[in-house]
Amino acid sequence: MAAEPAKVDPMYQFTIEPLAGSGGWELAGYNIAFTNSAMWMAITVVVLFAFVLGGMKRELVPGRWQMMVEFFTGFIDNMLEANIGKAGRKYVPYVFSLFMFILFANILGLLPLGVIGIHPFTFTSHFTITGVLAIISFSIVLIVGFWKHGLHFFSLFVPHGTPLPMIPVIAPIEFISFMVRPFSLGLRLFVAMMAGHVLLEVLSSFVIDGTNAGATFGLIVGLPSFILMVGICALELLVAGIQAYVFALLTALYINDAENLH
Amino acid sequence: MPQIAQLAETWSSQIFWLLVFFGITFFVIGRGMVPKVMDTVAQRDGQIAADLAAAKAARDAADEQEEAWRVRENENRAAAQAIVAKAKDDGAAKSEAKLKAAQTRLDKKLAEAEARIEEARTAALTEVEAVATEAAQDIVARLAGFTVTRPTASKAVKEAMAHG
Repeated sequence: MAAEPAKVDPMYQFTIEPLAGSGGWELAGYNIAFTNSAMWMAITVVVLFAFVLGGMKRELVPGRWQMMVEFFTGFIDNMLEANIGKAGRKYVPYVFSLFMFILFANILGLLPLGVIGIHPFTFTSHFTITGVLAIISFSIVLIVGFWKHGLHFFSLFVPHGTPLPMIPVIAPIEFISFMVRPFSLGLRLFVAMMAGHVLLEVLSSFVIDGTNAGATFGLIVGLPSFILMVGICALELLVAGIQAYVFALLTALYINDAENLH
Repeated sequence: MPQIAQLAETWSSQIFWLLVFFGITFFVIGRGMVPKVMDTVAQRDGQIAADLAAAKAARDAADEQEEAWRVRENENRAAAQAIVAKAKDDGAAKSEAKLKAAQTRLDKKLAEAEARIEEARTAALTEVEAVATEAAQDIVARLAGFTVTRPTASKAVKEAMAHG
């Protein structure tokens, strides 16, 4: 009798499950079950807190850990100063939180903890999460824009130096591209994270199924897939950093539009 | 795709917990810890800048002092050279005066000696004259047998001597 073929569902890793009977928790009629997704958000916060805490020794001559934390704060600070200018400094707490939260979530979700029975959950591969983060960033842009410039903020839709007859054509295009921003911002991260995880899962299913199908298939299909997985894991680590960076960078650029109109 | 399949049942919990945990991240880490970390960096940058400024000030002060020392050194050297030149002049003048005094003394001695020699010669000549006069008187007395007076003899001797 042939062995039961292993079923690997590449999408199963994104399933959200309530933990420890919290499925019925409700707040004002809405379900707020403490799911595995929420669990990994909590882990991300704890790890990030521990990381930044290590940089709080406030030594004049920093140690390695403090250097690392200061590297990240300096990185965000420089990015905001380069894109927004001096006024960008007040956004450092938000953009730093955003960047580090996404970065740590992406990297924690990639950790090979499955081998010891803990299944990492990458909550940034859910558009409910990335969408909310994008909407927060977009709201900040809108609030800052209207707060600083009032209705003059609408001149954002008329790029500098547009000839008068072109305004009726350009303005709607600019408006649409502006309104698309939160979607592109949220979807980019969600798609990048999900695609990477699906790819890894599909390749791992090749390894498992190929090996189960016999030594020949294992050598022809399983081994190349496994080598490819190693490479793609490295690529995914890169993507984890890049996507967090892109999210933070685009947020900074959008805030720049609001802060320095044109 | 669970993201869509589970959307209806999970969206509220996803959003709720995201807001809770991202809120913690923002308020505790972003607002609470990051400014302190950046403060440390700013403090360090300030300290480095202050140290550099202090070092620069110290170097400038050292340069200034070296310049002042150089000026003083040049002054001292000039003063020393003046003293040396003055001492040389003084010495020259003193030795010149001494030489002059010695010369004068020598001249005086020479003149005295010459005078003494002259005197001695005159005395000798007078004595020779006297001897010659006596000898002339004697010769005349013995040869001619008459005596000539002393002034006559003396006159004759003088004439003879004058003619050589």
